[in-house]
Amino acid sequence: MSTFLPDMPVPVPTGDDRGFWLACAEQRLVFQGCAECSRLRHPPIPICPSCRSSKVEWRAAPSDAEVYTFSVVHHAAHPAVTPNIPYVIAVVTFPQMPGVRLISNITDCDPRDVRIGMRVSLWWDRVSETQYLPRFRPTP
Amino acid sequence: MALLMRHARRKPSCSIVGIGESEYTRWGGIQDRSQFQVTAEAILAALADAGIAPEEVDGLASFANDPNEAGLMQVALGIPQLRLAAMVWGGGGGGTCGSVSMACSAIESGQARVVVAYRGLCQGQTRRFGRFSTGRALSNFTDPFGAFAPPQMIAMLVQRFMHLNPGVKPEHLAEVALNARANANRNPRAVMHSRTLTREDYFAARWIAEPLRLYDCCLETDGACAVVITSREQARDLASAPVDILAAGHGSGPGWGLGALSGHNMPEEDYASTNSRRLAGELFAQAGLTPEDIDVAQIYDHFSGMVLMGLEDYGFCKRGESGEFVGSGALRWPDGALPINTSGGQLSEAYLLGMNLVVEGVRQMRGTSTSQVANAKTCLVTGGLGVSPTSGLILGRAS
Repeated sequence: MSTFLPDMPVPVPTGDDRGFWLACAEQRLVFQGCAECSRLRHPPIPICPSCRSSKVEWRAAPSDAEVYTFSVVHHAAHPAVTPNIPYVIAVVTFPQMPGVRLISNITDCDPRDVRIGMRVSLWWDRVSETQYLPRFRPTP
Repeated sequence: MALLMRHARRKPSCSIVGIGESEYTRWGGIQDRSQFQVTAEAILAALADAGIAPEEVDGLASFANDPNEAGLMQVALGIPQLRLAAMVWGGGGGGTCGSVSMACSAIESGQARVVVAYRGLCQGQTRRFGRFSTGRALSNFTDPFGAFAPPQMIAMLVQRFMHLNPGVKPEHLAEVALNARANANRNPRAVMHSRTLTREDYFAARWIAEPLRLYDCCLETDGACAVVITSREQARDLASAPVDILAAGHGSGPGWGLGALSGHNMPEEDYASTNSRRLAGELFAQAGLTPEDIDVAQIYDHFSGMVLMGLEDYGFCKRGESGEFVGSGALRWPDGALPINTSGGQLSEAYLLGMNLVVEGVRQMRGTSTSQVANAKTCLVTGGLGVSPTSGLILGRAS
């Protein structure tokens, strides 16, 4: 069973972010990098801001991440999260892969224990027949 | 590149000559007229205030994906020839003052003569901004994780801001909310006019998204407002007292994308900021003023924590010292060093994506605010903060 109720919005891949979500469907977390100058970027955008190349390579992210910032959410802005209140949204960074930040959730812990700088590990949450989402839990 | 970086914006030579507002109510409070009608009426009120006939208007400007279409507004107002139909990109009210800066650009370049900048927003007729909505750009990276709406997204920005600046404490967020409410209690037009708010009430209220409590978040309301802009020369011949636009602009630092409303991949040095530091410097240079010269300010208060960041980014206090600054009583009317959001702002007057802050800035320069700052000659107004683009205005009492 996934973290949130079934009516939780799921990603609807677009032209620009399709590579990201296709990889997630295979339980691979990848970020978009420039195939020319190797700069990383997120959310996906079709041109490299450094060298303006449109050649893209998808690079595997490590499963170790760190909480860059977070919020313990108490107000259900969508009915799908009502049973989860309070839940934790976070921006995570990857110490071994600087340059990108990802919005996700911190699960499997008391929301009161989440701190900026906390080490967290990737896990895959199945949200539909075909789609998995990257979420994080405290690294033991 | 060096030339671009050193660009100086020219000082505007325009004035705001009219202001108009509908009534402000809680969301769902305006049911007898459509949002479009309420907006058109606010524009007509602003024109009446200016003493300008609707036939004289040749420009309309708005922002934040305004659904109150300029083309239809032209029909409703009977404008014979439109020469400017402009919209500033971006959500979150970032373009509030940008609508005015575009009006100035058009007037000064001769594209138009009389421009109305306006915004109508009846959340009871459209959608509540505090709730999930479809169609947000890049929502694939926010919605599936429960980051549905601005309160959750901005909360993460404020959380890191407070982490990096330990001197900024919950009591300082409270001070922004309490100041807004005290000002609203003096403003009969404010939605929260008759409701007082104590420190105890503030801390007893429920969390929305930590570190934001209920009263850290702007209201969800119905209403519309508008301002009329023309050249300083034209303004001299009008019945109303003009308010000079000393600086106006909009823009963004690099790499913001949709900033806090999407992927949170702003540059590291800019992350816990309003995305206004560069703009602030350019606005003060444009006006030939410094932050010390500002008598009163209207700082976009969608969330209390962003006001603290705004005070720092606009240079009213040093980085990391906004807590101490507001803790000193600086924001409080009538004697604080920098009274802000004197109508009650968006925390306590109404949420018009900041257009009501522009209107209040004009009132301060006219001397007609319900929390009038004595002898105020300059007023800073900001558009939405922590988004892209952001915008700002410096208004001056006409000499």
